[in-house]
Amino acid sequence: MDIDVNAHRPILDIRDLSTHFQLGQITLKAVEKVSFTLHRGQTLCIVGESGSGKSITARSILQLVGHPGRITNGQILYAPDPSTEPVDIAKLSSRGSEIRGVRGREIAMVFQEPMTSLSPIHRIGWQIAEALVAHGLMNKKAALARATDLLRQVEIPNPEEAAQRYPFEFSGGMRQRAMIAMALACNPKVLIADEPTTALDVTTQAEILRLIRKLQVENGLAVLFITHDMGVVAQIADDVLVMYRGEVVEHAPVEQLFSHPINPYTIRLLEAARKLGMAAPPARAYVPPGPVMLEVRDVSLIYPAQASMFRKTKAQAAALKGVSFDLHEGESLGIVGESGSGKTTLGNCLIRVLRPSTGEVRYRNREGETSNLANASREDLKAAHREIRMIFQDPFASLNPRMTVEQCIGEPLLVNGLLRGRDLRLRVRSLLGMVGLPPDVASRYPHAFSGGQRQRIVIARALALDPRLIIADEATSALDVTLRGQILDLLLELQPKLGLSFIFISHDLGVIRYFCNRVIVMHRGAIVEIGETETICTNPSQPYTKALLAAVPEAEPARRNLLVA
Amino acid sequence: MSDTTLAPPRALDTASEARLVWLRFRRHRLATIGLTLVVLLYLVAVFAECLAPFSPDKSNARLVFHPPQAIHFIDEQPDGWHFRPYVYGSKLARDPVTLAAKYVLDGSRKTYLRFFAQGDAYKLWTLIPGNVHLIGPADPSEPVFLLGADRQGRDVLSRIVHGARASLSIGLLGVANSLLLGIIFGGLSGYLGGKVDWFIQRVIEFIISLPTIPIWLALAAALPKDMSPFGKYFCITLIISLIGWTELARVVRGRFLALRSESFVTAAWLDGCSRSRIIFRHMLPSLTSHIIAAVTLAIPAMILAETALSFLGVGLQPPAISWGALLKEAQNVESISAAPWLLLPGAAVAITVLALNFTGDGLRDAADPHGH
Repeated sequence: MDIDVNAHRPILDIRDLSTHFQLGQITLKAVEKVSFTLHRGQTLCIVGESGSGKSITARSILQLVGHPGRITNGQILYAPDPSTEPVDIAKLSSRGSEIRGVRGREIAMVFQEPMTSLSPIHRIGWQIAEALVAHGLMNKKAALARATDLLRQVEIPNPEEAAQRYPFEFSGGMRQRAMIAMALACNPKVLIADEPTTALDVTTQAEILRLIRKLQVENGLAVLFITHDMGVVAQIADDVLVMYRGEVVEHAPVEQLFSHPINPYTIRLLEAARKLGMAAPPARAYVPPGPVMLEVRDVSLIYPAQASMFRKTKAQAAALKGVSFDLHEGESLGIVGESGSGKTTLGNCLIRVLRPSTGEVRYRNREGETSNLANASREDLKAAHREIRMIFQDPFASLNPRMTVEQCIGEPLLVNGLLRGRDLRLRVRSLLGMVGLPPDVASRYPHAFSGGQRQRIVIARALALDPRLIIADEATSALDVTLRGQILDLLLELQPKLGLSFIFISHDLGVIRYFCNRVIVMHRGAIVEIGETETICTNPSQPYTKALLAAVPEAEPARRNLLVA
Repeated sequence: MSDTTLAPPRALDTASEARLVWLRFRRHRLATIGLTLVVLLYLVAVFAECLAPFSPDKSNARLVFHPPQAIHFIDEQPDGWHFRPYVYGSKLARDPVTLAAKYVLDGSRKTYLRFFAQGDAYKLWTLIPGNVHLIGPADPSEPVFLLGADRQGRDVLSRIVHGARASLSIGLLGVANSLLLGIIFGGLSGYLGGKVDWFIQRVIEFIISLPTIPIWLALAAALPKDMSPFGKYFCITLIISLIGWTELARVVRGRFLALRSESFVTAAWLDGCSRSRIIFRHMLPSLTSHIIAAVTLAIPAMILAETALSFLGVGLQPPAISWGALLKEAQNVESISAAPWLLLPGAAVAITVLALNFTGDGLRDAADPHGH
């Protein structure tokens, strides 16, 4: 009987785990009474929005929670193989030799940001080998050979040569592969991956997910995968744990969770993900275009070669290459592309935060006069900036922390000499109402608001001058998925009321599909394809667009498009 | 639940950034202690005349190198116990072997102390006449040396208290000069960038590369001999700050560079703000707490520089009193072995510098909670 019980003994059995942070008088319950089991060969996804405690749970397992965090309760039972008695990791000292025997060697971890997790001054090969030497498993020479072997396993081309390189010579995806190779160095039995693909482009994400699955099958790993992305969950999970404010709200096999979610929070999360998914019905009908308001002709931005004291360092780099398109009144135009595609640079060139090297940005203003913003004078530009407004990606950085909400929103009205005193206050309050915030928050400072609320304040500031065009640069990327939908709906609701046009820059095809009439696909500073959103998303003509679409993880476990390669 | 449901209003929501910095600072215990000490020290410097028991120049040739006297609080009298602070008197004796002069405690003589004692007449800030001292002997003609006496029988405690004025104010004035230069050049460097930045940075590097003490010595030695103590004091301040501004300029430049790329500054430009409004309304307020922290950390360097110069004999000269000038008394081994309390001005310097450093560290952490 005993043997039977042992055979089903999970490799990790977490019981009532609580991790608290003591901040002065306040106790922050980051993880509260979390229980789950992880079986050999299984993938368990922990999903939740920011602040849900999913990362702290993962870090608690390896006792990596720094001061002032502390595991206050619960057991972390680790059984390397079914016949041995499990060890309670929660009882080990966080610096003792026992935990070091488990950490990295038995349970390995991959982090979100591969650049900061790799040492910039050591060669990749040696960084991988170091773990083996440190754990006393091999001598230096054997460890270096094994490092090359591992790099081959994670499908890095030319592993012998790659081992000699430094992290900064690698792309983001390659670095994450190197991190995974490092994690696998000691043949761990459990791999904890903490948002390993969040910082990566969607095509790279697909490759990394495929790689993790391959290694899992080859090495019989148990994978604990932490993510905020329901699409990724649907693609890779066996079991799913939904966390909300430090607690587990639902724990179910993936098919069951997606087909019959029970908890209201899970339902909300799934609805939000599906709304912005590629399988959702299109949000909007195509608007017949109004007259052209912005003509972009052959805009390029070339960074000149930099001459330093000793040598010419870089050849000139083209951030934008001959970009041309039209924007019609009342239209929402999406610009989609991966990092480095030049989409943000393009947005900045349109509004002259950056000055294009060549080309024209002809803007027809409210009175019907056309001016070229690419070489407009300061006065013309100032006038244009009243009609063209910008929303930035990071709502935490785009509000001056020293100004109250009222001052932030009122600033453009005040400096343009439009309103002052009582009128200004009334206008700010009506703007707050427009973006769905109560007027009495006007006297608060930005630090009193969450990310989504701050983005609403930023929108109110953009709306203050009655603009015609809003350029939104990754305006929803920093937000959780449930908020993303709400902000997009807010903009959609305001658009007909205020007669707005949008240029919406995003890396997320789902968001673009939900929000935009037409879309521009960019790659390496040039336009690949331009067309109506539905056409591009269902019937792309360019191979790059096809690849981009194929890499979007669908929030539907029944249709796993990523792992069938 | 929508993201527009706000948390119930808390007092902190309408707290300005300055207030938040202050609240964070208050959580830093060592820094709070430091700040309290700094405030006390500067109060001492401001009210030196009232706080010192005697005039710093009152000498007594019969009491040279008198050792510190311990204060006793409970006075035992035939009619019972009284709470009345006093010190025992002493008399001069000769060591029978070495014949060296030695002060011996005289248990029969008590010198009573009292608060707000009438004593040496002074003019507070050379304006307001007075003769009340916070603590002093009940009988003004009795000498009391709580921290001992120096070579001329002057009270070391009174001299340290008076020295605080020059030493601490040189720190403040020097930093004010440095700050002015630092903000102008650092701000230009950081905001304009390009060639201006390059040029200013090379000048700063050149100044930093100069060996400070010889330069100070040379500059201080170049001051005319017959300069008034007050004029000399100003020149020394200038000399010290001529080198001290470079650090501050670098701090300001770094913050400006970091701020320039913040999206809220770009947003302000797109809102139509003029250049001066961007600098004064948006950028400088974000800098103030960093600047205050940098300034607090720069004052100790100034104080130490003044101490070093005066100790070497080219800074403030007697009859001017500063901690450095007082330490000059302790330059030879004999006086230290005979009267180790002459080193006490050094302790005052150390305490001040530590207190300012703790305060500065606390301010820096409070101003920039993510800086570490």
